Amino acid sequence: MVTSTTTPKSGEPPMMTGSGALLKSLELLGITDVFGLPGGAIMPFYDELMSQTAIRHILVRHEQGAGHAAEGYALAKGQVGVCIATSGPGATNLVTAIADAHMDSIPMIAITGQVFSTLMGTDAFQEVDIVGITMPITKHSFLVTKPEDIPATVAAAYHIATTGRPGPVLIDVTKDCQQGSAPFIWPDKVELLGYKPVQKAHGKQVQAAAEMIAQAERPIFYIGGGAIRANSHKELQEIVEAVGAPAITTLTARGVLSDKHPQNLGMPGMHGSVPAVLGLQESDLLIVLGARFDDRVTGKVSEFAPNAKVIHVDIDPAEIGKIREADVPIVGDVREVILDLLPEWKKVKKTAKPLTAWWERLESLRASFPLGFDDLDDGLLPPQGIIQKIGQMSGPEAIYAAGVGQHQMWAAQYIEYERPGAWLNSGGAGTMGFAVPAAMGAKIAQPDRVVWAIDGDGCFQMTNQELATCVINDIPIKVAIINNSSLGMVRQWQTLFYDGRHSFTDLQPLEGPEFIPDFVKLAEAYGCLGIRVRTEEEVEPAIKLALETNDRPVVIDFIVSREAMVWPMVPQGVGNSNVQYAREHAPSWDEE
Amino acid sequence: MTQHVLSLLVEDKPGLLTRVAGLFARRGYNIHSLAVGTTEVDGLSRITLVIDVADSPLEQVTKQLNKLINVLKIVELEPGQSVQREHMLVKVRIDQNTRSQILEAVNLFRARVVDVAPDSLVIEVTGDTQKIEALLKVLEPFGIKEIAQSGLLAMGRGSKSISERIFKTQ
Repeated sequence: MVTSTTTPKSGEPPMMTGSGALLKSLELLGITDVFGLPGGAIMPFYDELMSQTAIRHILVRHEQGAGHAAEGYALAKGQVGVCIATSGPGATNLVTAIADAHMDSIPMIAITGQVFSTLMGTDAFQEVDIVGITMPITKHSFLVTKPEDIPATVAAAYHIATTGRPGPVLIDVTKDCQQGSAPFIWPDKVELLGYKPVQKAHGKQVQAAAEMIAQAERPIFYIGGGAIRANSHKELQEIVEAVGAPAITTLTARGVLSDKHPQNLGMPGMHGSVPAVLGLQESDLLIVLGARFDDRVTGKVSEFAPNAKVIHVDIDPAEIGKIREADVPIVGDVREVILDLLPEWKKVKKTAKPLTAWWERLESLRASFPLGFDDLDDGLLPPQGIIQKIGQMSGPEAIYAAGVGQHQMWAAQYIEYERPGAWLNSGGAGTMGFAVPAAMGAKIAQPDRVVWAIDGDGCFQMTNQELATCVINDIPIKVAIINNSSLGMVRQWQTLFYDGRHSFTDLQPLEGPEFIPDFVKLAEAYGCLGIRVRTEEEVEPAIKLALETNDRPVVIDFIVSREAMVWPMVPQGVGNSNVQYAREHAPSWDEE
Repeated sequence: MTQHVLSLLVEDKPGLLTRVAGLFARRGYNIHSLAVGTTEVDGLSRITLVIDVADSPLEQVTKQLNKLINVLKIVELEPGQSVQREHMLVKVRIDQNTRSQILEAVNLFRARVVDVAPDSLVIEVTGDTQKIEALLKVLEPFGIKEIAQSGLLAMGRGSKSISERIFKTQ
């Protein structure tokens, strides 16, 4: 695997146990925080962990929490996140978070204990083949059975997780490997024969891209999460402004170009803004930067942006041409490619077509279809307004982590993101329960920032046990439960597409106690500040109190209407031209 | 749908075959045949895959395979530019009347008899897919009792080797 030259610093390399080597390796990689929960097969490592101070270990209440915390940490810090679990169920509890990190290309190292190598394959206590289980959802995985293999393996895992298209890497370490001893030899350089991600793109392709942009009459930047991973926000803004074309930022890219930027049309896709959805649809050139034509963005692929040529920039060659054929395929790091594109653009800029008519069209869409919501008949609070208010009062420097569902879409729509790393969510996997542990990880990564978990009442009940972790470890996150007493997004689909048959989406009983559980009491039981909000007048004071309270986590239970729906919407399986601005209201737009 | 022959140079790691096979299964590609073995380089194995896909999914297949860390190189071997061989053992029923006819067929196909019993023969044959199919067609009327067949093996013609330049760094 690793063909590295190793040079002991001076004299003999020190002897170390496998678990000591694991710890030392993490330390040498600059890891300062890890999330985990011990068990039999990882105990030797935990014993080492206790006797050092370089790495802070946060003891979670469930391994899934450790996994999402590592993701939140990675997203907020732009560095690798580390989670640790024991063998068997400890390891399988990480699976959801690993899959989530895989879908959203989040750099993560998952370390799991494994039973003694002599017991492997015998159905030993707490034995599962976690390497086998996670093969389809990791960028790579390692089983380590010999202590001398640890340093090189950890170095390789870090290299794989953080370079190219980032992703999760699993290291499964047998208990005898942790207990055994070997000389500790740290590799100077990691070199993997079968892994050489391309950073720098082909010059001719970049030139061709510049020329194609100049010839376009209705170009649009389609910016994905890869732009954040490439740390390209400055260069991105530069090229967007230089070209003068509109831009859209996908769910995982929110904030990489400020929402306040006049060229930003917002989020595309199933719940995208009308200008963003139709902007893509009517474009004659998609300039795709680190995006992958997800089905939630494209709708029916055969009808997606039917008249557009495609320039597709991605560091992963397999994304190019996977869903949509590219006219100019460019394999490379988004930032590097933009840096090369800027001078090429200068050369052809004079020949560029004017975009006046294009902008007129988009501005008219903007004026006709602004983002907005109505009050509801049941007198309960509209959730969109609450989320908007949280965003306004907390500002662009705060971090917002969401769960999955309606509240996630509203948080993506109604909070203005002005920087990368401000918006954390589960995009590709759609993992309910992401918010609380991800916010916890983000707060560890960025202790000076306000960190909100914008959560649903369904999501919250999947991972709220991490509030105990937050209280005990002094991680004062703020949780806004958008409590509509139901699995809101599924309920919305049932209302729209299943004749209003709300099959198993009500989370509260029709009769009896008002709330099961009572989230305010639950928050208090954990030692958090719990606040309930039912009326318009209570919204601002509650958010204000939450922002002022930093000695413990805060949970606000916002009781909202279950009738609220996420709009605009493109129903699944139809072309994006059928975007509905609100129920029974498809926008009138003229076919070109 | 067309058949494509891919030759993969891979690191000989535990679970490697699972990674390759799992990739095919989860992305919905069909493996027609598979052959794995060691190579001239220590620690490297070679997988020869025959797959049924159209041309554009083939590009996706190779790109996805390339993402596997232990896969070092993928080459598509076109029939014209490569030698392709299969290996088969076939047990066929015999009696006094058919023995000579079967042995004649064995000779015609340049196959070999590797086991003789009073009422059966095991025949070994090597060749391209067409030859193997043709032999089976000839033997079928006599009664085929058992077949064991390898996956296709393939190698590019000429002096170039798949493992060339693998160890050169960028």
